[in-house]
Amino acid sequence: MPPFLYLFLGALAIVSALGVVVQRNPIHSLLSLISTLLIIAIFFIGEDAVVVGFLQIIVYAGAIMVLFLFVIWLLNLQAEIGPTGHVVLKVFGSLAAAALATELFLFLSAPHLEVKMVREPSGYGSLASLAGKLFNEYLVAFEVTSVLLLAAVVGAVALARRIPDEVELGASDVRAATAMRAADAARRVQG
Amino acid sequence: MTVELIAGAIKAILMILIGLHLAIFLLYFERKGSALIHDRIGSNRASITGFGKRFGLPNLGIINTLVADPLKLFTKEDFIPDGADKFLHTLAPFLALFPVMITFVIIPFGDTISIAGHKFDLQATNLNAGALYLLATLGLGVYGVAIAGWASNNRWSLLGGIRATAQMISYELAMGLAIVSVIMTFGTLNLQEIVRGQGGVWFGFLPRWGIFVQPLAFILLLTAGAAESKRVPFDLPESESELILGYFTEYSGGKQAVFMLTDLAEQALIAMLLTTFFLGGWQFPWLMRDGFHFPGGSFLAVPALAVSILGIIAFLVKVLALCIFLGMVRWTLPRFRYDQLMRLGWKGLVPLGILNVLITAFVIVGTGSTH
Amino acid sequence: MIPLTYMMSLSTIIFAIGVAGVIIRRNILVMYMSIELMLNAVNLAFIALGNRLGSMDGQVIAFFVMTVAAAEAAVGLAIIISTFRNRETVHADELTLMRW
Repeated sequence: MPPFLYLFLGALAIVSALGVVVQRNPIHSLLSLISTLLIIAIFFIGEDAVVVGFLQIIVYAGAIMVLFLFVIWLLNLQAEIGPTGHVVLKVFGSLAAAALATELFLFLSAPHLEVKMVREPSGYGSLASLAGKLFNEYLVAFEVTSVLLLAAVVGAVALARRIPDEVELGASDVRAATAMRAADAARRVQG
Repeated sequence: MTVELIAGAIKAILMILIGLHLAIFLLYFERKGSALIHDRIGSNRASITGFGKRFGLPNLGIINTLVADPLKLFTKEDFIPDGADKFLHTLAPFLALFPVMITFVIIPFGDTISIAGHKFDLQATNLNAGALYLLATLGLGVYGVAIAGWASNNRWSLLGGIRATAQMISYELAMGLAIVSVIMTFGTLNLQEIVRGQGGVWFGFLPRWGIFVQPLAFILLLTAGAAESKRVPFDLPESESELILGYFTEYSGGKQAVFMLTDLAEQALIAMLLTTFFLGGWQFPWLMRDGFHFPGGSFLAVPALAVSILGIIAFLVKVLALCIFLGMVRWTLPRFRYDQLMRLGWKGLVPLGILNVLITAFVIVGTGSTH
Repeated sequence: MIPLTYMMSLSTIIFAIGVAGVIIRRNILVMYMSIELMLNAVNLAFIALGNRLGSMDGQVIAFFVMTVAAAEAAVGLAIIISTFRNRETVHADELTLMRW
């Protein structure tokens, strides 16, 4: 990737990442995050990781962010009005992040870490070599990941559903449901 | 190097223009073609100084649909509803149109063509992971709809947007599974190689098109593609007879034109995908690189330039046929209810898709070869 | 070929912005988005190093990080919905039930 393109995209990525953190409206934060993910996917493709780059767009920007969007709609989050949190916390947080960035810079950008470029094997970054690695060296991790996804699906459904009797008895809002559950618990403790 | 760059740019612009022109043809077909199917006349009033009537020609409605309507749309007042998010309201049409437009560039519309000694591949960008790019951009199409529904400050637009988003992400899965079976059959992600692999004949007369190898995947992609582009019978999000315009009710003028264009362009895109994967792309039946090899055994030599042009014509004819077919389906069938739609997507198409992938895998391992 | 320091510095900056987001913002969903930023920064570092070393391991690990992030997003958002149903707030300063 030519350096000017890299610099432009890098600056854009940093601006989008700042946009995620700074903006008041959660949907604007989400859109900034989506643009950051797309730019990082372009970086992946530029680093010859073509399949992983497209998978980043399909999985991350195309599916996970839609999930975030649905949750923001479900909770009906509005833009935050007025100051949120303590000013001291914001100042301290920014200073801590800047210190972390500086330390990592010094650690990771030292010239002795400049790795020599090994000649790439043919088919680097293609689907065939990725699949070869996944099914030969990382087979156990692959199978465990599929079980993990199954567990995540079951867990998400179990955590987010409404208990049926609350819905039936007309507990349409949160307060009534909490009161109902408290009364239920009290009854169980006594009886 | 620069020749390649300029050629690539010209091909990209050409493909996008072809897509847009197909969308405009579909717009015309929606007015007059649907009238033909419904046994009525359709639009036939607007004309320029009675030009056609002077020669006794019937008014074909071309001025009406292709000149008067777009002019009206683009000169209407463009308002943003009170209390809506201005930035998002303006951004949504572009978010909707962008993924559709950038997908047109990877569709191969011909074999190589040599002009003045340079050999050009008739595909704007030849990505080695073309099918993945396809899935990625189709996945990004969700955001235009979602943001349009949200940014309208209208609870029924929001409901339409939520339902449209849910529909699109459900049928994306079925589409991905259908595309995966085609990729497994041809053994490559490169779209131009998939089309090239559909040359040749079986048993001497049957062209090796994808539809004969993967009929179930064709039906899956047809259904899932129609649902993904929100065409009838899946057009619940914008059911025109019920909810005015669904998720883009609050849009007027140029932005509404952009949404309509997205709808039609996506229909053209699905037709192009079906052609590339299943109907042999730019392959003219029985036409090889040097000439026609007819099933009887006779051979007709054809110059190389004519072969390429015949390929482009074949591609356009197939895409048009599929577009007209999708339009005919649109004007014939009633629409699905939301729960029927979801049930079809998750309990019908996804298991069928997985079954198709399994069968394909067994056949490939069993016969020990691809295709 | 871009020098490695450029890629690592970009990864570092995005990671630090993510950390700042988690500390500064009190809206749980925005905190979660900052966590996703951190995961992506790490992915970028993996891919860049994998490319320099000519090994596919970097891409495979990035693939797994992506998958685990997807699973974690599903479960985390379910927890957030559940918390919202009980407490009616997504402001982290108001979720003080377990504080001494």
